[in-house]
Amino acid sequence: MRPRLGVRLGRLELKNPVVTASGTFGFGREYAGLVDLTRLGAVTVKSLTLAPRTGNPPPRLAETPAGMLNAIGLENPGVDWFLAEGLPFLRQRGVPVIASIAGETPAECAALASRLDRAPGLVALEVNLSCPNVARGGLAFGGDPAAAAETTRAVRRATALPLIAKLSAQVTDIVAVARAVLEAGAEILSLINTLPGMAVDVHRRRPVLGNVFGGLSGPAIRPVAVRAVWQVYAALSCPIIGMGGIMTALDALEFVLAGARAVAVGTAHFVNPRAADEILDGIESFLVEQGVADVNDLVGAAHGPQEK
Amino acid sequence: MSGVLMVEAVVLNAEKVAPDHYRLALHAPEVARAARPGQFVMVRCGFSWDPLLRRPFSVAGVDREAGTVTLLIRVAGRGTALLAGAAPGQALNLLGPLGRGFTLPAGGEFVVVIGGGMGLAPLLFLVRELLARGCRVRVLAGARSRAYLFLPEPAPGCEVLVATEDGSAGRPGPVTVLLPSVSPEVRRYYACGPREMLRAVAAEMDRRGLPGEVCLEERMACGVGACRGCVCRVRRGGNVAYAAVCAEGPVFPAGEVCWE
Repeated sequence: MRPRLGVRLGRLELKNPVVTASGTFGFGREYAGLVDLTRLGAVTVKSLTLAPRTGNPPPRLAETPAGMLNAIGLENPGVDWFLAEGLPFLRQRGVPVIASIAGETPAECAALASRLDRAPGLVALEVNLSCPNVARGGLAFGGDPAAAAETTRAVRRATALPLIAKLSAQVTDIVAVARAVLEAGAEILSLINTLPGMAVDVHRRRPVLGNVFGGLSGPAIRPVAVRAVWQVYAALSCPIIGMGGIMTALDALEFVLAGARAVAVGTAHFVNPRAADEILDGIESFLVEQGVADVNDLVGAAHGPQEK
Repeated sequence: MSGVLMVEAVVLNAEKVAPDHYRLALHAPEVARAARPGQFVMVRCGFSWDPLLRRPFSVAGVDREAGTVTLLIRVAGRGTALLAGAAPGQALNLLGPLGRGFTLPAGGEFVVVIGGGMGLAPLLFLVRELLARGCRVRVLAGARSRAYLFLPEPAPGCEVLVATEDGSAGRPGPVTVLLPSVSPEVRRYYACGPREMLRAVAAEMDRRGLPGEVCLEERMACGVGACRGCVCRVRRGGNVAYAAVCAEGPVFPAGEVCWE
């Protein structure tokens, strides 16, 4: 018998636990020729802002040991383009879509949420409280529980969609931020965003990135991400989408066992455009091999029976 | 994104062609058939996550009958060192052909092709396609010295002028010293090379009112326009915007690129 792969995160139901991480899969269309978009639990699109954003000056990328730094700076064509073109493209193909939003103020995030609230095809809204590459917004309000809660509350009032808050692990107490955004109306947490980092070009004696700092992603950050999922699950038992350097099905299962009900594949797409697909296959094979009937039976299982 | 393939290409050989430079011949018939001059492929450097990202390389030539794709590789770090050391028979994962290639003239025009160093790689492929279309081609090839010159095979209709910075072959100096040889009958130009060289070439050709295309290089992650990591500044309809070199380029009309 095939194992059950469907998961429920609060009000959000996914046919399987594998989604794409915002910013690593564009708007899906970029990969449409290479990947069967309809197989994934959902596609999380690149963070949207109210007005189109040009992003940071190049260079925007640097490779690091088992990872990479990016400083894109939330470049995106804006929410109006998304509603007119980006979303219909995915909707016509039957792809469940999670819209990621980013604003510089709580009011801007709320305005984005209300623009997207009734858009057909959206299954959830993810508020990006933790982009490390913009001067205002992003980490500025993702790091402080009160500020993160204020933004979440503003978005909550503006939409009836299932609400995901994406947090950074670059905080003193991630459980405190998680608790604050859940109390403010978030139903699901995405853990974690990229970690702030930088690289210096020794020959030029200058920072590699045009923006100096960038967000570190890839396998290098996976242990940090698994730790964050573990801590938040242990304290709050809330629905979590785990992410950070997932390259294989076994990596994904680490997150599930630590407490994630779904996982997001990000940087792996740059190495293998079909990574999310293959990870989904690998999770299914693992369940079959291990005689596990339902992926939900593994969620948080590494905490031991008393935590379940 | 239509027509992009992900294939296991088999290494036929990796031949050293200059200090730190290798010519990699791969068996990848579908890619060989689909690739156009100016397009590139992204190659995985191994099976581990370190180095993590694929490396982009211009297609330097194809043999559609034999199903081979040729890449020119400069060893600049661990990823390219792994590729240069690839053994015949080894499989390399290839994503491509990617990007927007050169616009080819319909028929026998007189064109000039200007390349510096590794910038000759996509131009070697371009020259063959131009000659196949009956174009008259003048190639201006530059390099730091004779050992680093990557020249097209001699062929009727193709004339090659050379400049080296150390004077070991052709005219001494950068490839731009050859620009006065671009005669008034030339209809368009194609260029690839270091940014400073391209900027100088584009400025001189603009002065002459000669249209052309340039092939740019940038660090890339996805190769398909999704991550927005490889952007360059372009001027379009009076506005300045960032364009993804991987998906909107790597070939751009020279007049679009903001060089400053």
